[in-house]
Amino acid sequence: MNIVVLVKQVPDTATERKLTSDDKTLDRAASDGVINELDEYAIEEGLLLKEKHGGEVTILTMGPEQATDSIRKALSMGADKAVHVSDEALHGSDALQSAYALSRALGRIEFDLVVLGSESTDARTGVMGAALAEYLGVPQLTLADKVDVDGQAIKVQRLTDYGYDVVEAELPAVVSVVEKINEPRYPSFKLIMQAKKKPVEKLTIADAEIDAARVGLANATTETVDVAPAPPRAAGTIVKDEGEGGVKIAEFLAEKKFV
Amino acid sequence: MAEVLVLVDHVDGEVKKVTTELLTAARRLGEPAAVWIGEGADTGSAKLAEYGAEKVYVAPAEFNDYVVAPAAELLAKLAGDASAAAVLVSATPENKEVAGRTAVKLGSGVLTDAVDVSAEGVTEHSIFGGGTITHAKVTSGVPVIAVRPNSVPAEESPAAGAREEVSLELSDAAKGAKVTDRVVQEKGARPELTEAAIVVSGGRGVGSDDFSVVESLADSLGAAVGASRAAVDSGWYPNQFQVGQTGKTVSPNLYVALGISGAIQHRAGMQTSKNIVAVNKDPEAPIFELADFGVIGDLHKVAPQLTEEISKRK
Ligand SMILES: Cc1cc2nc3c(=O)[nH]c(=O)nc-3n(C[C@H](O)[C@H](O)[C@H](O)COP(=O)(O)OP(=O)(O)OC[C@H]3O[C@@H](n4cnc5c(N)ncnc54)[C@H](O)[C@@H]3O)c2cc1C
Ligand SMILES: Cc1cc2nc3c(=O)[nH]c(=O)nc-3n(C[C@H](O)[C@H](O)[C@H](O)COP(=O)(O)OP(=O)(O)OC[C@H]3O[C@@H](n4cnc5c(N)ncnc54)[C@H](O)[C@@H]3O)c2cc1C
Repeated sequence: MNIVVLVKQVPDTATERKLTSDDKTLDRAASDGVINELDEYAIEEGLLLKEKHGGEVTILTMGPEQATDSIRKALSMGADKAVHVSDEALHGSDALQSAYALSRALGRIEFDLVVLGSESTDARTGVMGAALAEYLGVPQLTLADKVDVDGQAIKVQRLTDYGYDVVEAELPAVVSVVEKINEPRYPSFKLIMQAKKKPVEKLTIADAEIDAARVGLANATTETVDVAPAPPRAAGTIVKDEGEGGVKIAEFLAEKKFV
Repeated sequence: MAEVLVLVDHVDGEVKKVTTELLTAARRLGEPAAVWIGEGADTGSAKLAEYGAEKVYVAPAEFNDYVVAPAAELLAKLAGDASAAAVLVSATPENKEVAGRTAVKLGSGVLTDAVDVSAEGVTEHSIFGGGTITHAKVTSGVPVIAVRPNSVPAEESPAAGAREEVSLELSDAAKGAKVTDRVVQEKGARPELTEAAIVVSGGRGVGSDDFSVVESLADSLGAAVGASRAAVDSGWYPNQFQVGQTGKTVSPNLYVALGISGAIQHRAGMQTSKNIVAVNKDPEAPIFELADFGVIGDLHKVAPQLTEEISKRK
């Protein structure tokens, strides 16, 4: 089974994240880039499926040069190879343009399954899985906390508002995962060494046959009008419980008219 | 005035509060037209009309038998037919997916997690853990916007609510992922988490699957109960009550965090709450950075006392 796992490099949530003041896109110099957390779960799921059903795991990333670090990390978890779509023309692409570009790159890879995170920690749109399924014309099995593949049949447990749905489809398909699905492995020293030699194919938009008129900031379907720091939260009142902490909260709630 | 489509969230004919908020926001942009999928429109339509729906499009329950794609096909068709001014959905994980697919079909743009929408279609977003506020707009085609619950106060404005059945043959592509079973986990009588005006959440500090200390406080406030991932993963509380990045995003008037450290992933789901109260025995817990009122102490002492005090004041 050929599995493609989508990996996005995002700014480390532990650092201060910013948008640039000129074109209001992500300020990549402001914080370290790391693999989007949920994508580690996607990689793990890809590896588990490969261990069970055979085949290969390919990492697909769209992003600037420095995303190579995240690709190496993904390979050191055990993925076989990677495809890195990188082109100045992609800078500032919005979610749907990114989905379009990724769908073009996927068109060049033979896959049975595309696995991705259900949401990134920076943009958090959560639309990628759905938009990709739409572009690729394959079934959408998103928000999964359990995946079973049996021959050409795939079955997932999809988290919903009220519990979960069992969803069934035929491969090829797109699966997005939530963190309940597994526990990502740590790269072993051996795998880290091996990862350095694994093939990473670099694609420009021309290579991937991505239409330049459909990507990039200038053609984006959305525009960030302005960016400002949130007004600072007034410092809260923090008290130590000396036996009447509960009463003090009640007084605060009464003041705010909650009780 | 052009129609503004609002995808209705309902449970068995009962319209969720977020839909009334979306209808209110839709009136700023044009003429609200509600889009109902499944049974129950007979009972639900009155509420939609009360909040300004001139029309109620009704599509059959079959549309719920497949994941997301039928809803997107429906919205894209209606938006095209009516030359809609915008499409609004609630910013739940599922509806954000609907929004994405709809926008792809329309060749337009999508904005998610808006906390406000202006008459010009400019949305407000709170990003990067609440530290930054942005405004954005869709620049191509029919804007598709996912709005967070509890962002726009619902206001009544009676309208016709004229019902219109939609006939639409689903494409094969929309039937690719079939829902073969629906498992509803225990819900209880409390308000729904994403809709509630007050949420009381418990974390690892609760210490066991006896969540009654959290539930009693919630009940005294008429609040919904939430949980951190640590509490959910420990099996203390069901999954659908998880608040955070991979759980529910809540934005209540009051959020009470009991024994929750305030990890970034938890904060991602509650940072836009209007008032935050925290009880934690660790003075260094990051949740105190967000708290409007915090008590450093044992939740098993503080919360019961608070519950009792609230009951006394009633
Ligand atoms: C703060 C902020 C807000 C934004 N808001 C919007 C908005 O409202 N509308 C809009 O159209 N655009 C928005 N964008 C642009 C958006 O970040 C990018 O277009 C991004 O490539 C895709 O969106 P996402 O990360 O939200 O996808 P999500 O759907 O949240 O990501 C889900 C998964 O998709 C995969 N994935 C996502 N991007 C890539 C990639 N480049 N390479 C490989 N895999 C990937 C990963 O597996 C990820 O886990 C925003 C950007 C920022 C920084
Ligand atoms: C991909 C990913 C997604 C995630 N998504 C989510 C998510 O959606 N939601 C979420 O919540 N987390 C999520 N997490 C997990 C998150 O990182 C934290 O691990 C989690 O929020 C911790 O829960 P907690 O605060 O209950 O536990 P802890 O961090 O262990 O904190 C417990 C707190 O309780 C306090 N305490 C202990 N006993 C008492 C007492 N008797 N009285 C008062 N205080 C006490 C302690 O001082 C401590 O601060 C995610 C993580 C990852 C990697």
